[in-house]
Amino acid sequence: MTTVLERVRSGREAAGERWRGAPRWVRWALLAAVIVFFYALPNREFYQYLGPIPTPGANFTQVMFTVSIYVLLAVGLNIVVGFAGLLDLGYFGFFAVGAYTVAVLTSPSSDVKTLWPWLLAVPVAIGLTMVSGVMLGTPTLRLRGDYLALVTLGFAEMIRIAAVSSEFLKGQRGFNQIPHPPGQYADGKPVFGVLDARPYYWLVLTLIILVVIGVRNLTHSRVGRAWISIREDEDAAQLMGVPTFKFKLWAFAAGAAIAGLAGALFAGKQNFVNSQNFELLNSIIILAAVIFGGSGNIVGAIVGGGLVAYMIERFRGIELFGVELYEYRFLFFGLVLVVMMIFRPEGLIPNRRRAAEFKDRRKEVTVGE
Amino acid sequence: MLLEIDDVSLLYGRIQALHGISLTVDEGEVVALIGANGAGKSTTMRAISGIRPVAAGRIRFQGEDITKLRADLRVRRGLCQAPEGRGIFPGMTVLENLDMGAYTRRDRAGIAQDLNRVLDLFPRLAERRKQHGGTLSGGEQQMLAVGRALMSRPKLLLLDEPSMGLAPMLIQQIFSIITEINEQGTTILLVEQNAQQALARAHRAYVLETGRIVKSGTGAELLHDPAVKEAYLGVA
Repeated sequence: MTTVLERVRSGREAAGERWRGAPRWVRWALLAAVIVFFYALPNREFYQYLGPIPTPGANFTQVMFTVSIYVLLAVGLNIVVGFAGLLDLGYFGFFAVGAYTVAVLTSPSSDVKTLWPWLLAVPVAIGLTMVSGVMLGTPTLRLRGDYLALVTLGFAEMIRIAAVSSEFLKGQRGFNQIPHPPGQYADGKPVFGVLDARPYYWLVLTLIILVVIGVRNLTHSRVGRAWISIREDEDAAQLMGVPTFKFKLWAFAAGAAIAGLAGALFAGKQNFVNSQNFELLNSIIILAAVIFGGSGNIVGAIVGGGLVAYMIERFRGIELFGVELYEYRFLFFGLVLVVMMIFRPEGLIPNRRRAAEFKDRRKEVTVGE
Repeated sequence: MLLEIDDVSLLYGRIQALHGISLTVDEGEVVALIGANGAGKSTTMRAISGIRPVAAGRIRFQGEDITKLRADLRVRRGLCQAPEGRGIFPGMTVLENLDMGAYTRRDRAGIAQDLNRVLDLFPRLAERRKQHGGTLSGGEQQMLAVGRALMSRPKLLLLDEPSMGLAPMLIQQIFSIITEINEQGTTILLVEQNAQQALARAHRAYVLETGRIVKSGTGAELLHDPAVKEAYLGVA
């Protein structure tokens, strides 16, 4: 068993070495090919040749939109959990804040009746989500570990319950006629319509690329070094002169802002937001996706978020012995997670540092024995 | 006085770990703080570096009251601690760890100069510069922790148990490096369980027992003090 595992591991390491050793232009060409592939993916003319990849039980383009939102969320949560090492169990709460901000400001069913266009509401949604992140983080980030996890969990529940029961947020009835993003084709038809999900997917994909470039630059700067040092040893980081609280708050706010953006995009596409969109389960799924993919690694987070969201939809419409597999999707999801945490706790595509940290921790355990 | 600690008490929850400690460190000195396990040595260090807030008393650094100053700002004032044991960044390479030591500095030329100095002091680190901190041996990690603290170019270097868990040969080595660092002009406050070595190297020393300072004197005086001999040097 272990030999097979080790062979897989060494094979993967060799692949990683080859990737890092490849000339620059090869890496760029591969990256470009991947990006082109994902832009082409939601076109029927393209995906009909992809065999089992399109989802049988759901509109594949719609699924790809959902997947892209999850990827964006995973990239954002990866900053908080993966880089700064803060366990956030209520990340979806920030997504809800973003979506509801857009809904309240733009929908005719909102009490404030501002009826803003979507585009104007987006920066407000991002800003407000950031503020809510700072408000939640200021009292809690001074604490460590478990406390933060509990407080964030409570936050997400608070948002959900406010959505369900507050008159202002309309509960189950929700907000309708939320405007779509702007833009028209030459013939006067809107780019972002009701039926075709592709433009939304392309929009999210483009934003993912921009966000990833931004996050990458950030992690290679002093800010990134500070985050990594906090994750690895918070006391030592402080002893080296890193203002740990400030940087934790920054990570929290940056993560929140990305979730707010995702929420705003979701509201603009869905055209309708109600309290059923924001279950606690969503927070757990995204966290699991980041850990599954390899927390601390941007590529890992993207792959994790994408795979998890896609697999859940992929089960739809598959029957086995007269049982709809979709009903059991979380059973499989849980199973995969358990197996994963036993054999590969650092995730599918781990960060190299992260792998070293895990090794170090294992060593610590053996020393203590 | 470079560092003055005046009647400092510290609580862990409801347990009082320090009962009114007073000590001073003068510029250019090596001062040792010795005592048994749980005497409050590391706690004193945490109070000085600002990782734990003090309940009462004053801490002054270069005449400035830093009792309530944030830990990271104390580093900027020139006070840097090498944490005990495995206080290095396991996922960072040796060079990245050393680079973190210079986090508060922006003078590239000076940082490069100090990096060379640290790699000269610890040739082992130079050999392993690309290796992850977590894969180093205990002794190498200890050297890395000391080297990293030096990278901040501190006026006062706090060393928490630099010899802990090391083989006798390595202990000798690390203590001679400590002397060398001091001779190059850095003041050192040292916490040690290895009283023999610490007292032999220190100009002055304090003996800590259950959160109180019970004795102080020059290193040589304490080294020959019968009570200290019996309690900490294993000589009857």
